[in-house]
Amino acid sequence: MTDLATLPTTRDEDWRYADAAALESSDAETLTGWTEIAVPAGESRAESRDVTGVERIRVRVGKSGKFELSAVNAAPGYARLECEVTLEDGAHFEFGGVTIGGGNETREFVTRCIHVEPNATSNQVVRAVHWGKATGNFLGRIEVVRDAQKTDAAQNFRAILLEKGASANTKPELEIFADDVKCAHGAAIGALDQMAGFYMAARGIPPEIARKLQVQAFVADAFENIEDEALGERLLERALSVLEGAQL
Amino acid sequence: MLKIENLHAEVATADGAKQILNGLTLEVGAGEVHAIMGPNGAGKSTLAYALGGRPGYEITQGSVTFDGKDLLDMEPHERAAAGLFLGFQYPVEIPGVSNVQFLREAANAQRKARGEEPLTGGEFLKLAKEKAALLRMDMDMLKRPVNVGFSGGEKKRNEMVQMGILDPKFAILDETDSGLDIDALRTVGDGINSIMRAEGKGVLLITHYQRLLDYVKPDKVHILAKGRIVKTGGPELALELEREGYEEVV
Repeated sequence: MTDLATLPTTRDEDWRYADAAALESSDAETLTGWTEIAVPAGESRAESRDVTGVERIRVRVGKSGKFELSAVNAAPGYARLECEVTLEDGAHFEFGGVTIGGGNETREFVTRCIHVEPNATSNQVVRAVHWGKATGNFLGRIEVVRDAQKTDAAQNFRAILLEKGASANTKPELEIFADDVKCAHGAAIGALDQMAGFYMAARGIPPEIARKLQVQAFVADAFENIEDEALGERLLERALSVLEGAQL
Repeated sequence: MLKIENLHAEVATADGAKQILNGLTLEVGAGEVHAIMGPNGAGKSTLAYALGGRPGYEITQGSVTFDGKDLLDMEPHERAAAGLFLGFQYPVEIPGVSNVQFLREAANAQRKARGEEPLTGGEFLKLAKEKAALLRMDMDMLKRPVNVGFSGGEKKRNEMVQMGILDPKFAILDETDSGLDIDALRTVGDGINSIMRAEGKGVLLITHYQRLLDYVKPDKVHILAKGRIVKTGGPELALELEREGYEEVV
């Protein structure tokens, strides 16, 4: 049993954008427990989630192994998928995630990618699409230890807010102690391209279809590197299904 | 077919609304091609955008009827479904959306609005191939994202392929000739003739230069200056402009 005092609150850096009320009403096991996964050297493992509630995954990827995580976070309440990955020599971590939805909800991804040995690579692509008073967050930390030379780590986050009142937060963090590494990160938050919307309207496409096409193109980036293409398609459909029911 | 009366329009800018069109009156009959020429800043593109219903372009006075219907009362996509095509001076790039998907959505949205059956994938591709061939555009370009990485000339050619596929009743072509080399200009000119020179169709060609009018013969040429039509004549007016310049003629 975890002591109440050790439960996360929004004062903790990794939980700063979380839904405070939801944290208070969550049980300790959920907030502090981990699902442990070990990917043996040379092997690949893929996990996919339709995120509901809080889930935390801790993975260790053996030499030249690969771990792929894909997720849609469109939950009807506070939902968070957290993933801590430790990469050994030459291992790879691929993450594709989409937070999408309206309402008053907070949906988030939190990753911590630790390059503990040389030659490991990681690529994370997160897209957020929100409306209403919803919030989408991506907190991504990349740690490269002193001996992890030739690390190649990339992280990209982009958000589109369909309405005033929706918000997105991102906090890329890079902690690099090796001197021969490539670490890239990018983040942008904006609105749908209005000129593209008018262009589509001028060809006869009604606003709701134009919006869907734009959002589809936008979120598709997140699943582009998913090995199983059929899975990528299903995730994309799942994400877009949320938009279809939206009152905009 | 398209009747514009006393049109006043303003454009939203960072410094507030700016009046651009000041009582423009113009009528294009069925089966006619009219050209609008005019110096920079005369309001040519504003006219095109106002007729297309671009947000930020507000009509403050006047009326526009299209085939007897109040054009200004329609949403932009409804104007397209009613048969109006706006050829953009700067066609917009839409990353991640293929030309084929974009045009099929557009064609079927228009058909739906008119109460027609949607085109199947096969029917659409056949039509797209035919129109791409007419404009000498590679089918591979139709599979690429809309206008992304296209050269200026390719974008304009793509506008005409789109026009061919959507088969509008009336086309407003905003400087479709700019950015085209001589061969492409001829191809685009031939394309306009083959798609739009038909009974019951009309074209409003907005251009800076007389060159396109060698291929697409206008029935009338209008000169637009300071937001209104200041002179109207036959094709010879365009030649006169080319020779004398706007300052002499206006």
